[in-house]
Parts: sequence; C-alpha cells; structure tokens
Amino acid sequence: MSVILQLLNVLPAALLAGVSAGGQYALIALGYTMVYGILRLINFAHGDIFTVAGFVMFYAVTAMPVYLAIPVTILLTVLLGFTVERLAYKPLRSAPRMSVMISAIGVSYLLQNLMWYITGGQPQQYPVIPWISDKIQIFGQETKRVTVITPLLTVALILLLLVLIKRTKLGLAMRAASRDFETARLMGVKINSVISMTFVIGSFLAAVGSFLFFSNYSTVSPTVGTMPGLKAFVAAVFGGIGSIPGAVVGGFLIGICENLIRAMGYSTFSDAFTFALLILVLCLKPTGLFGEKLEEKV
Amino acid sequence: MKKANRTILTGLGAIALLTVVSVGAEALAGSVSGLSIMLAVLKKATVYSLLAVSMNLLNGFTGLFSLGQAGFMLVGAYTYAILTIPVAKRAGVYQYYDGGVVQFSLPEMFSGVLGGTVGPVVGMVAALLVCGALAAFFGWLIGLPVLRLKSDYLAIATLGFAEIMRTFIQFEGFAPLTNGSNTLRQYTTFKHLYPYVIVVGICILLLVLLVNSSYGRAFKAIRDDEIAAEAMGINLAKHKMMSFVISSFFAGVGGGLMAMYTSSVQAKGFTAAMTYEILLMVVIGGIGSITGSILASFLFIGCSEWWLRFLDDSANNIGGMKLLAPGFRMVVFSVIVMIIVLFFRRGIMGSKELPDLFKKRQGKEGTR
Amino acid sequence: MKKFLAMALSAVMVLGLLAGCNNGGKDTPDNEGGEKVIKVGVYEPSSGNNGAGGKKEVLGAEYAHSQVPTVTIGDEEYKVELVIVDNQSENDKGVSAAQQLVAEGVAVVLGSYGSGVSMAAAPTFEEAKVAAIGCSCTNPGVTLGNPYYFRVCYLDPFQGSVLANLAKDEFNAETAYVFTELGDDYSEGLGQYFSLECDRLGIQVVADKNPAGNTDMSGFVNAAKSANADVIFAPTSTTVASLLIDQAASAGIPIIAGDTWDDAVILQAAAKSGADVYFSTFYDEGASQAAADFMSGFKAWLNANSDKLANNGGTDTVSAVSALGYDAYMVAIEAIKAAGSTDSEAIKNALAYVRYSGVTGDVIFDEEGDVDKDIIFIKGVDTAKGEFYSVKEQGLS
Repeated sequence: MSVILQLLNVLPAALLAGVSAGGQYALIALGYTMVYGILRLINFAHGDIFTVAGFVMFYAVTAMPVYLAIPVTILLTVLLGFTVERLAYKPLRSAPRMSVMISAIGVSYLLQNLMWYITGGQPQQYPVIPWISDKIQIFGQETKRVTVITPLLTVALILLLLVLIKRTKLGLAMRAASRDFETARLMGVKINSVISMTFVIGSFLAAVGSFLFFSNYSTVSPTVGTMPGLKAFVAAVFGGIGSIPGAVVGGFLIGICENLIRAMGYSTFSDAFTFALLILVLCLKPTGLFGEKLEEKV
Repeated sequence: MKKANRTILTGLGAIALLTVVSVGAEALAGSVSGLSIMLAVLKKATVYSLLAVSMNLLNGFTGLFSLGQAGFMLVGAYTYAILTIPVAKRAGVYQYYDGGVVQFSLPEMFSGVLGGTVGPVVGMVAALLVCGALAAFFGWLIGLPVLRLKSDYLAIATLGFAEIMRTFIQFEGFAPLTNGSNTLRQYTTFKHLYPYVIVVGICILLLVLLVNSSYGRAFKAIRDDEIAAEAMGINLAKHKMMSFVISSFFAGVGGGLMAMYTSSVQAKGFTAAMTYEILLMVVIGGIGSITGSILASFLFIGCSEWWLRFLDDSANNIGGMKLLAPGFRMVVFSVIVMIIVLFFRRGIMGSKELPDLFKKRQGKEGTR
Repeated sequence: MKKFLAMALSAVMVLGLLAGCNNGGKDTPDNEGGEKVIKVGVYEPSSGNNGAGGKKEVLGAEYAHSQVPTVTIGDEEYKVELVIVDNQSENDKGVSAAQQLVAEGVAVVLGSYGSGVSMAAAPTFEEAKVAAIGCSCTNPGVTLGNPYYFRVCYLDPFQGSVLANLAKDEFNAETAYVFTELGDDYSEGLGQYFSLECDRLGIQVVADKNPAGNTDMSGFVNAAKSANADVIFAPTSTTVASLLIDQAASAGIPIIAGDTWDDAVILQAAAKSGADVYFSTFYDEGASQAAADFMSGFKAWLNANSDKLANNGGTDTVSAVSALGYDAYMVAIEAIKAAGSTDSEAIKNALAYVRYSGVTGDVIFDEEGDVDKDIIFIKGVDTAKGEFYSVKEQGLS
C-alpha cells in the first residue's frame, strides 16, 4: 500500500523525466534504425558520434557565440558521420555483415580513445544554451525548459522525417534500398549517396539529440554517450529495428519505464529491467514490436 | 577415430612443449630484469586465448552471433573467487557482511585431505570446473528463450543478459555471497605461468576435438546454411544449445582464470567493452580459426599492454612535437585494429589453422 | 598471401618480444652517464573513468620531484627518476601496468587514485617485494592484509563517520539521503560507514544507488525531496557529481560528499548551478605553513608549464589529491634516506618507521600501513566567488 502511495506521490515527476529521457532515446534510436534499415548494420559508433557532438559544442562555444556554435556543431557532427561511413563502412560493402559490424565496434573504440586523448578525460560542463536551459514550473515541478521541449521537438522531427521518407525522391530511394539493395541498384538508385544521406540524417539527429541531452544533464565526458547509446539501441530493437515508428515508441517506452522503476526505489534494477523487457518482447515477437517478419530463403 | 587420436597426441605434445617453454620464459624473466612484464602479458594472453577460442566456437563455428561472453566470465570469476578465499581472510574481504555466508575454501578442504602441496592445486582446478559448470548452467538457462532469435536480435539479447547478470551480482540482497559491489580478493591463485598454459591448453584441445568431431561438422553446417542443415537431419535447437552451453562452460573457466590473473574481481569491470575486445581478437585472428584466435590474443594483449606503452610517455617526444601524451597509446592501438579490420578482412588466418599452412607446403613435394 | 601474412605477424611478435628484452635490458643499470639513479614508480590512471583524477595525483608527485630531484643514500647522491604508468582505471589492465613498473626495477611505488586498482596491483607488488604508498585510495581493503601497501590518507570508516557528524553538527540533520554509485567500492563503502554512524547519531537514512552510466539524476533528487531529507550525502566520482550538482541545485538541499569532490570539476559545476556543496578533504592551505607553501608553489609550477596545466584540467585549482601525491613522494624519499639503500625490501622496512610532517598532516604509519588522523578538513563552495573556502575542521563527537 505504502509503495502505491509513494508511487502516486512521485508519479508526475517520474513521468515528466521519463518522457524527456524517452524523447532523447528516440532521437538517437532513429540513427540506429535508419542505418539498420538500409545496411542491416548495427552502427555501434552512433553513441560515440553523439558524445563527440557534445564535446564539439563545448569547444565551439569557447571560440564563438552560441548561435554560431550550434550550426557549427551540427555541421561537424554530420561531417563526422559522413566520414565514418566513407572510411570504415563503404570499403566493406561486399564483405560479410559480421565484418561491417566489427568495423563499427572498431570505430567506436577509436572514437572513445581519441576523446580520452584529446580531452584528457576531465568531465566538462556543457555550455548553457539560452532559453532552453531556463527553469520553468510544470505540474508543480521545477524543471528546465528543455525537458518539455524534448518530446515535442522529437515528435516534430520525426514527422518531418516521415514526410521526407514518404514524399521525396530521396525517401523513395531509401525505401527501395532498404527493401532490396541489389534491385534498387539495378533500377538506377545511386546507392552510395543514399547511404551517405542516411548517415548525414542520422548524425544530424544525434547532434540535435546531444543539444537536448546535454542541456538537461550538462556534463560531457568521453563515456557519457555509451549508456544512452546502448539504451537507444535497445529501444530500436524493441520497436523492431528498421522501423521508424518502432524506434520512437521504443524510446518513449524505455524512458518512461526506467524512470518509474527508479521512482519506486528499485534503481539497482532499472537497467536490468530494460534488458529483461527487451528479451521478453523478443521472445514473444522475435523481430520487435513493429519489425518486419524475417524471410527465410532456401 | 585415428585422426582424433593423432590430434590428441599432437595437442598433448604441443601442451608439453609450451609448458617447457613457459617454464623457460619464467626462468628468463626472473633472471633478466625488465622482463617480468612479459610474464604478466603472457599470462593474460593465455587466458584470453581460451576466451577468444570459446567465443569463436559460437560466432565462428556455429554462426551464432552472441555478445554474452563478459556475463559468463563474470559468473566464472565470481564463482572462483568465492570458492577459494581462505576462511581466515574472509572476514577482511567481506568487511561489511561479517565474513559472508560461504565459510569454506576448496583449496583448503582439499589440502586437508591430500596434503599441502597437491591439495591446493586440486582445489583450484576443482573450483575452475565449478566455474565452468555454473556458467554452463546459466548458458543453458539463457539459451532456452534466446536461441530462437536470429543474428542481431540474438546479439543484443545475449548482451542484455550479460548486463542483467552484472546487476544481480551487485545486488545488495546477495551481498553476503557476492560481496555486493565490493572487490573480492586475497583468494588463492596460480603463481606461475605454466599452470595457466596447461589448463588453457587442455581446454583448447578439447575444443579442437569437438570442432573436428561430427558435432563440429554439424555446427559448421548450421553456420553455412541453417535450412540445409535442418534438411539433412541436424537437430537445430539441440546443436545450437550444445554449442552455446559448451562455449559458456569455457567462458566460465576463462573467467575463473581471469580472476586468478587479476587477483581481485569486481563486477563493474565485466562490461560490454570486454566482450567487444574478445570479439575483436576473434575477428583479427580469423573467424573460424582456432590457432588464429590464439595468435590474435597474444598480439592484441602484447600490443595494447606492453609494446606500445612508450607512446604514453611525453618524455619520448621527438623535437618540439607534443603528440605523445597519456592516452596516445590507445589511439594508435585502435588505429591498428581498424587497419586490420578494413584491409585484412579475413583476419590473420582466415578460416585456416596453423598446421594447414605447413601441409600446403609439403603438398608440393609429395601427395598425401 | 595469408600464409605470408601469418608468418610476417609471427615474426613481428617475436621481434616485439626481443625488442621488449632489449628495452628492459637497457634500462636496468643504476648507472646512467656516470650518475646514480633510483627509480620511483607512479602507478596511476591517466585514462579511463578515473583518468582526470589520476593525472592530478601524478602532478603532485611530479611537483615534489621537481622540488627534490635527488636523494642521498649513504654518501652518494642519487638522481630520482619517476616512472609513470597508466593503469587505465581498470583492474585487469592494472596488473600489467604494475608489472611494467616492477620490470623497470623501481624501488618504491606511489599510487593509485581509486581503491580497486590499488587492490588489484597489491599482490604484484608484494610478490616483487616493492612497497607501494597509496595516495588517495581510502578503502580499508587496500592495506588490510597487504603488508607491502601503505597509504598517506585517512580511511573511509573514519571519513564516513566524520561526515555523519558534520551532517548532525552543521545541518541538524534528521534525515539524510545517501546516494552512492552502484558497483563502485569506494562510493558504496563510504556510504555504508556514513549510514552506520547516522544510526548511532539518530539520523534517519534513505538510500539509493545510481546504476553505472546513468545520467538522469532527477529521480534521485525528487526522492530526496519527498523523503524530506536535510542533507544529501553523495560520495561519487566527479563525473556523477557534476551531473548531480546541476540537477540537485534547484531542490535547495545541501549536498555533502567525500574527498573526491575536492576538484575543479565540482567547483565549475557548483558555481554554474549555485548548489550548496560541502565535502571532506585531505588538506587546507590555512592549516599549516607547509600547506600554504605547497599551494602557492604548486600553482606557480602549474602556470609555468602549459602541459602540466592541461593535465590539471586547464585550471590552476589545486586538488587535494595533488597534495597527497606530493606527500607520498616525500614519504618515499624519507624512507629511501632512512633505508640507506636502493633495495626495495629495505625501503619497505624503513617505511614503517618514517615520521614526516607533510602538507596533509603528519605521516606515521601504524602496523596496517595506515596513517592515524583524527581531524578532517571540511570545505565548501563559494558560488558567488567561484572558489572553495574552508568551513571547519571536523572530528568525531
């Protein structure tokens, strides 16, 4: 009984935090899911690209005003995503899937070690972005404005993304590539530029995610992106990797669940619960909530 | 049958040879100052070669993409530590939990029966077997729901299980057994290099025999084409489970050896990053090559922990350059890894074994 | 082709082994260019989660080395050489790092930041019969049962109890929210001792743990608020601390913490968010002339050298761990003098009798290898000025 009472007491705050965290997971998860949809590659380096975006912003504001630093950060992050794809994934296009995945793990390893080397591992205070870092009152809880903006912005960006995929020529090419790589190439889809665009969009979303994430949590350190990256990846698998609505639903579900568990005082198990939930879903629906059925070709 | 016998003989011969070499290396390291680091690296690499080979059985020979290695190692490492801390030292180790609930130590029990020289060794080996058995049990438990999943989904589910196991070990409720988040230490360990070599050698020999047996052929058939394998009458579920459990067993033994090497264990170290490291060794060595995995473990550990250390020292900078600084070693190392992954896709050995290389050479002189 | 590659790599491996031999062989003589050399190992993380803190401890030892670069053994003057290795903050990587020091033939070792890596390396040092002097590893397990480990700082049981007394004396706390890091022995150990003392003092304890890698502290802050906590006790690493301070600032509950918080990271975080932060530390520049001299000397040394300043996180805020690194080096030098020999075993035996008045107080080792201290310095953050100030010296009641 007391547990329920306690839960009711902290419910609004936990929900608010959960929705906000969920929005961030969803933004990162989109990067995973889009790449997977086309390349069938788990891009392990995505979480690190997200962290790099945080550091770039930190260093950028020391050299220029914030309104300039934001586009510069986005640009550099996108460039990084593009470069990683060209250098580490493109040469392996015809290699077995395992090799590409190992390459992704290698890139993640490299990016992390580079960050340690360059930043010295000291946790850094993320710069204050005006307006979104302001404090506001909502449901009797004091929080930063970014907490409320995150889910809204996430939904807006996803709608934009869906329009891009359903209505534009690029989107058509992406859908074709994700359905059948070889046929799409035969039909004249420039597969390499489509893949590059996917990485550009994914990195763009990671950069936006990093503004929201670090404005909320305000500390950048080289490994800070690992756990959100892993959670976002779980979210993507949860929703059925390759499915955009799936990633979004998965992100929000995981964000809300783990915050509720923490509010109930079981924070030791919050990560374990996330994974247990994932395994349960996979056992019931082996390709995630919205995933396509795997075809077995003989 | 005859071929198996020959493999056993060759394997035992190799183990004997390596044991002699390791005793020699130890004597060398003891007499030449500056070489004791080599001994540490060799110990660690020996342990890792078992871990890499056991992972290769799953990923390389059976085609099951699993990322749960760190979880099984964790089970092994904790089992080993819990079973071998001398009773007198338990109060100090379990300082918050009144010495913990386990109040016996296998090496001490066996030395009571078998005497002070043989007993502890038997006790330690027995503890290692328990490590393997427990890890295999967990492997079976996890395999039940998870092995139905395919490729990436299997990978993330096993990764998840490893994380869950870590949480449970750190859980306050089990602390009288696991010491919670605190370090387990002061347990009995192998002091020399050669016991590591013998234990790992026997384990790898068993794995080689398995891979060359009819079960091994079934594993490879599953890897190459599940549907075709099933059509040929191979029981998919049974063989996958078997491969998974056996791999877990050896990961558990490897975890126990790892605990010996570090002489203290703490759950927080057994992260996904550890699994990735072992996976990198498997890939660098060549997926589906046992000797490749062994070779790669030695190169990997040697590079990351020994040969490149000078890169961290800013005193070694030449001229006005400020490149060398703490952390640079790992950057260089990850670049090397990336180069191998990108340009030598099939790893050092591909899917060949070391003896294959010599066979080919002989093949020119006379047909076998 | 593959065969060739395999051969080439094997050859590289063998060459590597040989190179290792040569390297080791070259460094061994105590005699370099006619000068006698004694090596002091520094076993610290410069990468991994504790990398930032470890580097500051190294800086303390390096500064001490710049002050006292030679030592007289018998009648001969020896040049002291620091051998610094990176243990990467991880227990399994630490073993080979410790072994590297042994291979270099160091006479005594300083470090490490973080109790876990120190415990992992203890058997290696014991086997090689090299004494290690811990700087800021406060967990009792570091020296307990490890005859070759000493340390110059106080222990967690004492620190935790003192901080509980601080909560009682300074904040009249009736309820304390204890927030530790799951899986971290330093954090959980200190939390445990704090809670025990709270029980004795009649303070109610509500506890929770942060899972590794989690960045969202709002749930914990809300829990602390709904428990009506008077203080939050958060003995965490600087990374988690930085996250917590920012998110807890609006709750208006004072935060107290252990020694790791004496760091520029905390200063920046607290100054930015205006949080009310107090922590225990190892030294206070106002406590003694030695401490004041260290403070000004160390700052000047940092500012004179851009590399060192970068290793200190780009600021000249002096961390307490640097002071401990300094003291550990000085104690090592005292022991070498007392031993009158470069033999590591003799130095270990001499350590037990060393008496040294350091920056962080007097160093006299007890039979366990620990320093007995009865007072801890408490500092706070002046958010308006953006600097630390001394609150009081707290003892046990």
